[in-house]
Amino acid sequence: MLLIHCPYCGEDRSELEFRAAGDAHIARPANIAAISDEEFADYFFLRDNPKGLIYERWRHIHGCGRFFNAVRDTVSDKFVMTYKAGEPKPDLSPAPGVAPALPADSRPVETYEATEGRAE
Amino acid sequence: MTGANRIAGAGRLTPAKTARFSFDGRSYTALAGDTVASALLANGVHLMGRSFKYHRPRGVVSAGPEEPNALINVSRDTARSQPNVRATVQEVFDGMKVGSQNRYPSLSFDLGGVNDALSPFFAAGFYYKTFMWPKQAWASIYEPRIREAAGLGVSPTEEDPDHYACRYAHCDVLVIGGGAAGLAAARAAALSGASVILADEQPELGGALHFDTGAEIDGQNGYAWAQKTARELVGMENVTLLSRTTAFGYYAQNFVAMAERVTDHISRPEANAPRERLWQVRAKRVIIATGSIERHMVFADNDRPGILLASAARTYLNHFGVAVGRKVGVYTAHDSAYEAAFDLKRAGVSIVAIIDSRMRPGEGLLEQARSLGIEVFTDHAVIATSGRLRVASMTVVPNGGSAKRKFTIDALITSSGWTPSVHMFSQSRGKVAYDAATGRFLPGHYVQDCVSVGTCNGTDDLQAILEEATAAGVKMAAESGHDGAAAATPAGRNLFAWTGGMAGAAYGAGPDDSVKAFVDFQNDVCAKDIRLAVREGMHSIEHIKRFTTNGMATDQGKLSNLHGLAIAAEALGRGIPEVGLTTFRAPYTPVTFGTLIGHARGDIFDPTRKTPMHAVEEANGAAFEDVGQWKRAWYYPRAGEDMHAAVNRECRTVRTSAGYFNASTLGKIEVVGPDAAAFLNLIYTNSWDTLKPGRCRYGIMLREDGFVYDDGVVGRIAEDRFHVTTTTGGAPRVMHHMEDYLQTEFPHLDVWLTSTTEQWAVIAVQGPKAREIVAPLVEGVDLSNEAFPHMSVAEAKVCGVPARLFRVSFTGELGYEINVPADYGAAVWEAVAKAAEPFGACPYGTETMHVLRAEKGYIIVGQDTDGTLTPDDAGLAWAVGKKKPDFVGIRGLKRPDLIREGRKQLVGLLTKDPNIVLEEGAQIVADPNQPKPMTMLGHVTSAYWSENAGRSIALAVVAGGRAKLGQTLYVPMPDRTIAVEVSDMVFIDKEGGRIHG
Amino acid sequence: MADPFATAARRPALAAHASGAARASLTPAGPATRLSLRAKPEAVPALSAALGLDLPTQPKRAARQGERHALWLGPDEWLVIDESEAPLLQALDGAGVLHSAVDISHRNAAILVSGAGAAAVLNSGCPLNLSPAVFPIGACARTVLSKAEIVLYRTGETDFRVECWRSFAPYVLAVLAEAAAEV
Repeated sequence: MLLIHCPYCGEDRSELEFRAAGDAHIARPANIAAISDEEFADYFFLRDNPKGLIYERWRHIHGCGRFFNAVRDTVSDKFVMTYKAGEPKPDLSPAPGVAPALPADSRPVETYEATEGRAE
Repeated sequence: MTGANRIAGAGRLTPAKTARFSFDGRSYTALAGDTVASALLANGVHLMGRSFKYHRPRGVVSAGPEEPNALINVSRDTARSQPNVRATVQEVFDGMKVGSQNRYPSLSFDLGGVNDALSPFFAAGFYYKTFMWPKQAWASIYEPRIREAAGLGVSPTEEDPDHYACRYAHCDVLVIGGGAAGLAAARAAALSGASVILADEQPELGGALHFDTGAEIDGQNGYAWAQKTARELVGMENVTLLSRTTAFGYYAQNFVAMAERVTDHISRPEANAPRERLWQVRAKRVIIATGSIERHMVFADNDRPGILLASAARTYLNHFGVAVGRKVGVYTAHDSAYEAAFDLKRAGVSIVAIIDSRMRPGEGLLEQARSLGIEVFTDHAVIATSGRLRVASMTVVPNGGSAKRKFTIDALITSSGWTPSVHMFSQSRGKVAYDAATGRFLPGHYVQDCVSVGTCNGTDDLQAILEEATAAGVKMAAESGHDGAAAATPAGRNLFAWTGGMAGAAYGAGPDDSVKAFVDFQNDVCAKDIRLAVREGMHSIEHIKRFTTNGMATDQGKLSNLHGLAIAAEALGRGIPEVGLTTFRAPYTPVTFGTLIGHARGDIFDPTRKTPMHAVEEANGAAFEDVGQWKRAWYYPRAGEDMHAAVNRECRTVRTSAGYFNASTLGKIEVVGPDAAAFLNLIYTNSWDTLKPGRCRYGIMLREDGFVYDDGVVGRIAEDRFHVTTTTGGAPRVMHHMEDYLQTEFPHLDVWLTSTTEQWAVIAVQGPKAREIVAPLVEGVDLSNEAFPHMSVAEAKVCGVPARLFRVSFTGELGYEINVPADYGAAVWEAVAKAAEPFGACPYGTETMHVLRAEKGYIIVGQDTDGTLTPDDAGLAWAVGKKKPDFVGIRGLKRPDLIREGRKQLVGLLTKDPNIVLEEGAQIVADPNQPKPMTMLGHVTSAYWSENAGRSIALAVVAGGRAKLGQTLYVPMPDRTIAVEVSDMVFIDKEGGRIHG
Repeated sequence: MADPFATAARRPALAAHASGAARASLTPAGPATRLSLRAKPEAVPALSAALGLDLPTQPKRAARQGERHALWLGPDEWLVIDESEAPLLQALDGAGVLHSAVDISHRNAAILVSGAGAAAVLNSGCPLNLSPAVFPIGACARTVLSKAEIVLYRTGETDFRVECWRSFAPYVLAVLAEAAAEV
């Protein structure tokens, strides 16, 4: 059971109090009624499913009730950081030759092969 | 007398305290504190089980949780019966019944033992290769027979009458393991001021100090120091000491699951005491002090009863006062077995010989053996044993030689060295590293905030262990914010080093394929099986594990993993670290389902939600149905009525007089703020600006993709206040959906949402007499059609309490919905019942509600829609504001697939035979004679007998349905094909006059 | 119109008998007026003045004035409880600032958990850290107890108030009672 830092409550709380709410930083187009089919598909249906860092929305539904944003590593399932809704998307991409700007407690990406052995 | 093998003066149990128990029907006496294993050994019983595959007779191997063989069934009574309990862990209580497993008809004569004679046919991978063909035989013969033969133990047949507790706990420092290292670490952390939880799986703390009587700490016997330290810790307010508690799972962010055995050792537990308690601990820091597990020697026929680990023999002697035999042989590759031999010898047991596979035992051991009169054969091997139900002899040769010597023995103790217990560290996702110098895997790269101390960290010397543990306790406390008084490091001294020994097969354990040198006792895996796996092309240790099942039994290979790995590495011609260790997984030891379930069973498995009127409805004989977590009154049968009759009567009564219905479960949301209407404009397809206070409107809510999400009546209480209703099942998700849009897409709006579902008890009064029934109860509202027409809402007093009164209808009749604060619901319901009586009106349940609304073609979202219907598909296009610039779903509705011709549309169906009621979910076709698979046009969503229409009615989704009005379609069923005519959705009062009553 | 019936009687969600064991007692709380109060930060002073207590603006904190309590549930959300059943909606009528006040007096029921084992009883289903350092007197939080949502409020060293929705109250009480019997 994970701990998730709620940026509104200012503390780590049990995963049991939270609910995931899909990808973050996908703004509903202001002129949504006028957008093309392709633009609507992009907005509503298509998601990246990255291996590594993903920007997500979570809700502290059994806590303060707020939606907020989180950066999570889809490989390690680790929350890298959380921040309030409306705050800008943090840039966690590493500069060339520099280690990623992850918190000190994060760890190298763990692959299935490394954990389970290689199927040969 | 508690057994012939109990040595007077030896051990720590109190002779005065005894307990009676039975094993396979025979009665034995144990001492308080005995495990089943120690008590049986005291009585000379080594044979405690049969192996899984070959059904070979097996005795106890260990004295701890790593036990692979002595799995027993323990029961208090017929319901309290648990299979696969380790005899080495289970403490004896008075009156306990113990049974052996995996044997028929008896433990000493087991028909399944024929598998052993047939063992050449049961080589590793046997199952994968043998049961391949014919294909049909798999389901009919192979699988049922294998399932019958497989599995250990017998599940209890009755429901478990015990209860189980659970507890979340937080601490600064969690210490896993209460041996010398764990105790020293916990004490240091606690003295620094940290909150500490110390968990140990044994009844008393001390770990290896149970047997290692050579260890001294702070000038006293190690075990005595452990008890003293444990008492000190128990007395500290910031320490929780949990004995009989196994940390079995280590999860992300220092979350550790532990199982506490609360009453399994007590003869007559208190009624309230749980059997086991699940601890879910969140620790800032974890100190892993899990010690080491001794490995057996891998040699021919090393599985006979009476052959056991040297440390186990020492535990049985030094803690339980039990000699494992009278003529004991020793076969070892490690110094620690010498200590066991010396202890036994000093207790009066004959040590027949020490066979040491090494050339040079540790310093001074040979001299000490000589002085005790024990013969030692170095550089020798045991190549055979005899004895069917108990070991009787061992045959010894020089390593590489053939000159045999045979020794008569009644027990054989072995040790090939110690495996650091890195399970918890590995579960924390830390990476183990192979230490070539000492030939063992040790904690390497740490992933979580934890540290390993003691022998599980490869620290051998007791003084070094105590220093390391004390330092770790201080450091972990400091890292969790506590740096109070530092503890002095205890001074320790021990007699042997934990390092050294060997892994893999000893001389004489092959390569001859007929030799059964067991690596994994529980799964009957021999050294030859691992070699075979390699020969057959398995090169990954994970494949070898699965092919041979080595380490896959309930003990998870605590004894066998390293041996198996060493044998595989040798066969592969690669080094041990290159072959690599398999992954350790939770649980460390088996955990009962009860522990995992905790209190979530029976009445509190899940919340059962009841409305404020539930008790009154129950008293009136209502039958209830489950709607999510809610209990809703389904129908109200009168004497002699079945459901059908009751529903028909209720339906008739509502349309001829009136009925009253408990609608309390309907979701309700109060939408408040100056932008409330603007917000609802965005959430619903309808427009809300024109709705005046005191009026209601039916609204539809879409998802962004254009499909119907929920519906309900919304009343405007004031300019800035709306009373929104949702479906019963949709209440939580609609609230979540609205909050989502409000917080993240429309945060500029000044409006707030509050769930009021449970604030209001709701009584719907429906039917031509509804006004006459309701009027006398209502103060402050003129109920005339002119003053309070259909779709009105007003704040009023009903039965003297503040209420919200709605003039709405889900039946097509004149109707009111009385909302009163929930605590008043029951009393107002009774008042309505009293007022209704003179009119012959009756209460009605959800079934009648369903029929009445279907008669009027009112849809139920989630029944007549399934998340793929647009408002137009559902015949509700009128509810979509055509001029609105925006609402959730506005763009989705314009998608090409949502506006194409021929979409499935909701229509009515009339069976040609009016007496046939269709089945909900039944498929609809145009031509019942077309070849299969037929082209399905749609399906029935609602179907009822309508007493008021005098025939069956149905709603259905049909492709291009509204263009098919009047056409005949067909519903093919297994036994017949039903002809139906497509109709509109209104079956009663097509003009709709009654609602305006 | 004359009312031929006496004013309807209240029937609370939980019968008013206490249960529990030596280390933790469980008592259904009496009726109280309750508000769900929602407002932006700028409205807090006026609303505080109207209610006669300082609405807490720190997470997890409650304010108390006599029998009136205001519990911070979220950055714009408070649960206001008046155990003397004083009218709360009316108190806010003249506040003159933008807010939402919704009467939820009957939506919630409350259970008082008291005794040396109270925290342990709650921790049988609630994952919060209830140590006094992290959850002191006056702390409150919306959280979960097993499969129900609750609002937990520490009113004393060994005293807690558990608020939950009405229909969940029997379940919450049963879970607490099972734990109270074993702590």
